[in-house]
Amino acid sequence: MKAEIFVKLKSEVLDPQGKAVSGGLKNLGFEGVKDVRVGKYIVLSLDDKMPIEEAGKKVQDMCEKLLVNTVIEEYAFRIEG
Amino acid sequence: MFAIVVFPGSNCDHDCYHAVKHVIGRPARFLWHKETVIDKDIKCVVLPGGFSHGDYLRAGALARFSPIIKAVTDFAKDGGFVVGICNGFQILLESGLLPGAMLRNRALKFICKDVFVRAANVKKTPFTATYTEGRVIRLPIAHAEGNYYADAGTIDELKTHNQIIFNYCDKDGNISDEANPNGALLNIAGISNKQGNVLGMMPHPERASEEILGNSDGRALFQSIAQHIEGA
Repeated sequence: MKAEIFVKLKSEVLDPQGKAVSGGLKNLGFEGVKDVRVGKYIVLSLDDKMPIEEAGKKVQDMCEKLLVNTVIEEYAFRIEG
Repeated sequence: MFAIVVFPGSNCDHDCYHAVKHVIGRPARFLWHKETVIDKDIKCVVLPGGFSHGDYLRAGALARFSPIIKAVTDFAKDGGFVVGICNGFQILLESGLLPGAMLRNRALKFICKDVFVRAANVKKTPFTATYTEGRVIRLPIAHAEGNYYADAGTIDELKTHNQIIFNYCDKDGNISDEANPNGALLNIAGISNKQGNVLGMMPHPERASEEILGNSDGRALFQSIAQHIEGA
């Protein structure tokens, strides 16, 4: 079983990295990009025997306690069997 | 007695030890991050700068789970004095001992240079009690994530309780965007908790504590807290 976690800065928080990438894309001539947000993608391999509901609760707990700083970041995840 | 916590990746631990032990001449010892007890004779804990646990995930995020942090949290709750410098400040934020978080510097660069900071609310915390209000001091910074952020409600709280202790400024004390090295909200360089016994700051007072190194503006910070402890 695999959990995929997507972490990004909250929309109200300035993302200096995203801004720099946005500028880079413009410099390369890519037009039509209104905004860039750079985040993190975390993959967890989980015990296959774990019930999916329990896995969801655990992953959420992991996000809240360590993987995400909820002062500045928000997250989403999906679990695949 | 001062205790300087050593994490894997700390690199200002010896500078802090030197500033306390040899520059201001007070007793100091190291505390390894796996230790779980802060002895009764320890009155001030220093979380030094560096790259604890490689700064993996986020600066300070993994150090927060070092066993000593639980002890430091209890120590702070009981009124013990804690100062976090640079990475130590990041650890205090990640542990929730201070509010807010650090973003990457707005120019995305690691900044290593001397900056000016203005001391405010100096009586809020014994770490700055001997600084005069509004005094401008020169201190070095060296960080990639020092862009202080907190939501509007938290910033209001900090203002209401006089918790903003250092702001980046120019040499004349003007707090302006030009004098802001990293994009920190309100030019914040250092804050304390509501009680005033926990201080976090990005500049390095331990690197500016003796004339022979060209700058002693940071020495008063260690002296202030030492005098406060001895007077208590």
